[in-house]
Formats: sequence, structure tokens, C-alpha cells
Amino acid sequence: MNFYAVKAIYRYEMARMFRTVVQSIVAPVLSTSLYFVIFGSAIGSRITEIDGVSYGSFIVPGLIMLSVMTESISNSSFAIYFPKFTGTIFEVLSAPVSYAEVVLGYVGAAATKSVIIGTIILATASLFVDLEIAHPFIMVAFLLLTCVSFCLFGFLLGIWADGWEKLTIVPILVIMPLTFLGGTFYSISMLPPAWQTISLFNPVVYLISGFRWSFYENADVSVALSLGMAITFLAACLLIVRWVFKTGYKLRT
Amino acid sequence: MQTVIDIRGLTKTYAGGFQALKNVSLSINKSEIFALLGPNGAGKTTLINIVCGITSLTHGEVLVDGDDIVRDFRLTRAKIGLVPQEMPTESFETVWNTCRFSRGLFGKAANPDHLEKVLKSLSLWDRKDTKSMELSGGMKRRVLIAKALAHEPDILFLDEPTAGVDVELRQDMWNVVKVLREEGVTVILTTHYIEEAEQLADRVGVINHGEIILVEDKDRLMREMGKKQLTLHLYEQLDRIPTALARYNLELSDDRQAVTYNYDTKGEHTGITDLISELRDAEIRFNDLQTSQSSLEDIFVDLVHKAQ
Repeated sequence: MNFYAVKAIYRYEMARMFRTVVQSIVAPVLSTSLYFVIFGSAIGSRITEIDGVSYGSFIVPGLIMLSVMTESISNSSFAIYFPKFTGTIFEVLSAPVSYAEVVLGYVGAAATKSVIIGTIILATASLFVDLEIAHPFIMVAFLLLTCVSFCLFGFLLGIWADGWEKLTIVPILVIMPLTFLGGTFYSISMLPPAWQTISLFNPVVYLISGFRWSFYENADVSVALSLGMAITFLAACLLIVRWVFKTGYKLRT
Repeated sequence: MQTVIDIRGLTKTYAGGFQALKNVSLSINKSEIFALLGPNGAGKTTLINIVCGITSLTHGEVLVDGDDIVRDFRLTRAKIGLVPQEMPTESFETVWNTCRFSRGLFGKAANPDHLEKVLKSLSLWDRKDTKSMELSGGMKRRVLIAKALAHEPDILFLDEPTAGVDVELRQDMWNVVKVLREEGVTVILTTHYIEEAEQLADRVGVINHGEIILVEDKDRLMREMGKKQLTLHLYEQLDRIPTALARYNLELSDDRQAVTYNYDTKGEHTGITDLISELRDAEIRFNDLQTSQSSLEDIFVDLVHKAQ
């Protein structure tokens, strides 16, 4: 294990976050806080409780997930795409590091940023609405699983992208609709039966549902299934990352 | 002489079918400065990138200090430093941080004293807190060298290190390379400035169309393939070389005002005395003469043209 290399990459990436603290932390926290103000306080006060939870409190887990997912993808895809774009990737490719160490450094730093953002949003939310966390350990487990999985996904996106457009097209056209339609602002049970069935093909539903269960013990799908889906997504991303480094896809000529 | 890099039957074919390297075999000796010369697209950078791990090989084997670059990549890459042809730098990072990053990436614990020594040797110490984006092109080139030396490599690849830098910086870099050699570092250099190879290299390799066409000790190469010429400027134009002088293979200039004689300094007789005597007999008078020796550049151009 090249511990120094992992530490170097991790420290370098964390330094980038602190260098761009407004973009990395303030911006996502501010935009999510606006959701609380608009949906939680202004509109939410006119919406009845969902499964015994006030609307303002109900959307908190979904908003944390929404922010964490988009930030995870954005951070990790940029982290690997930018060295490719500038050419500095040559140094990582010529270093005595295994793919696991490279991933640990880049994805570890991106996941850390996402956890920090998620925690700040959680703390901010508690200023606007009443919060209770019924299963804190499961909440942390879901948060970590989601951060790591989506950071891995973003990492793959950064390797695949050969232009800025490709880098942004997947988050905007795929991830954003999936998160908005994944139950961030509503319970799946509120949809007509046909749409409920269609929603079950959206993997984000399972993550938000499981995460929300850890707060209020209310879920659209079973927690075990949510956990299983999250682990499956993580395993799939890990396998693809392994294949990418083994074949050198889009990295080595 | 201990071999530090052993390349055996190396072939590289890119996905599009272009064969960049064709069965290349080459040995680099420990602590030597080896200049790899070749025209654009000859395969120099591909060869370097394969040894460093940036490009994958198609066939063949590369050993660094006896270890295979694929199987034992941790051992081999830790010994190598690379200064690439382009100038990719982390624009927003300071010189110090980017060098510290490089050292850690190559598996070495932090050593501020070593980084200070490297930065001072490259006249970068007073710019250590400057962001790369604020540096000139020449300074960025120095930063890349500093990054390559940050982990104390045994082998240093310099892929056209002085391209686009001013004369003063080039001299500085040559001095750095000479010091590294004295410290036991093996340096492999590719350059378009043949003068650079002539100044620095112990041995020279010429690559063209993906094939090594020559590997030779530089001094021997210049001795054996280099030409010495004597040019005599004539008082009067000469219509043709007299047949009596045919054995000298003289070349008459286009303006018929000068003759050139190629001679071998290694031979027992250069033939110069005889030539001058016979010119006098033939009543061919000259008012000036000069001698010249072909440079490594002339030899390189000859070799590449012959290969084509």
C-alpha cells in the first residue's frame, strides 16, 4: 500500500475544496437552505403532514440526499477530469500507485466533502424545522454509502468525459431528473399506482426511502431492499472502476 | 557497465493500427546521459511513456534495474522521474505544494530539506509560494524538473526539456543535468537541439519510424561518422577538377570559386600536403582556406535521410 500517495492525493483534493470554499460548500448549502425556506416554511405550511411528519421535516432527508448526490458526482468527476484536461494526469499514471490507491485518494476526498456538506445541511435544516433521527447509525450508513457510490459514479463520469459538455450532461439530464422524481419532495405512495410502479425502477427512490426511514421510520420500500440496492450500486461502480484501470480505458493509450 | 534499463523487442501499436515502435531493443547504462534523437513522430515519446507507465506496450519487455515494468510497476516507477514534453502544471497550486504532492505520490515521506535543495538548484526557491499560473514558461519548465526530482529518482527522463526556453535557462538546465549525472542519476534525454545532445550525452541513440537505427558512444560516433573538410577559395574560377586530382574526390562549388576536400583525421596521412602540392603543380592558386568539422546535427541528418 502506497500510503504516502493516497495521503498526497487526498490532501491535494481537500486543499482544492478549501481553496474554493464558496463553490464547494457555501453554494450547495445556500441552495438547499432556499429549498427549506420555500418548500418547508412558505409552501410546506399549507401542505398536510405526510405519514405523521410535517412537510418541512419530511423533505429534509430527501434534500440532503439530493445535495449529496449532485455534489458527489460534481466533485469527483471534476477531480479526475481536470488533470486529464490539463495533462497533469501523466504524473498519476507514471506513479507507483495501484488503481485502488488512486480511487481511495480521489474518491475518499470527494466523499469527505459530500459528508461535510450533508452534515452542514442537516445542521442548517434543524434551524428551520423540528428534526429527529430514529436510527442514527443507519442514517450514517446510508449517507456514507450514497456519498461513496455517487463519488465513484462521478469518478467514472470524469474518466469517460472527453469534453466539458459530457461532464455536465449526465448530472443535468440523468441525475437531476432521477433525484427530483425519486421522492425528494413527496412520498411515492402519493402517486397513482402506475407511476408508483415506474418509480420503483428509479434507483434513487431506494436511497431516499432508506435514508428517510432512518429519520422517521417511514419508507416507500423496505429498508433491507434500500440497503441492498445501495450496496449493489456501490459494488457495480467498484467493478467498473476496476475494469477501467485494468484496461486503461480513456486513461492509457 | 551496469544496465539500468533493458528494452527487449518492444512493439507498440495504437488502437487505430499505427505502429509507433517496431521491435525496439535498447540498453541504457547506469549513470550515463543517453540522448535519444529522432525526427517528429519517430517514436521517442512513445518509448519514454511506455517505460514510465503512461502508455501500455503491445509486445516485448522492459526491465528497470532488473524488474519488469508491468509486473513490478511499484518498484520500477518509484525509481523513475519524468519531465514531459508538454508543460502541464497545476495552475492554482504553489510551487512548494505541487512538488510536495509529487514526492508523496511517488511513495516518499515528506522531506522539506530535499525539496529546498531541489528548488534552490533550479533557482526556484524564492518562487516557492508562487502559484504555477503566475510563472513564466521557463519557470514552469523548471517546476516540472523539480517535481520529477522531488522523489529522488535514480533515472530521469527529460522529454525535450529545453524546448522553448531561453539560452540562459538552457545552460542552467545543462548544469543541473551534469550535477545529476555526477550524483549517479541516469539521464535519458530527447531533444530537438542536437547541440544539447552534443554537449551532454555520453551515448546517442537515433530512432526513426519506430526503429532504432543507431546506438553509439557520442565521441566515437562523431569521430567515425563525422567529416572534416578543407575548403580552398580560388583566385580564379575553375571550369572542372583536373583529372590529375581525381583521387582526392574534390567537390567544386556552384560558383566554381572554391573546392572542398573531405579528409579523415584518423588516417596516417590526411593528404592535405599532397593536395596543396599538386594544386600548385596544376597552377591552381588559392587565396584563402578553412577547415570545418561536421556536427552531431550533420551526422543525425545524414542518418535519418539514409534511413528514409
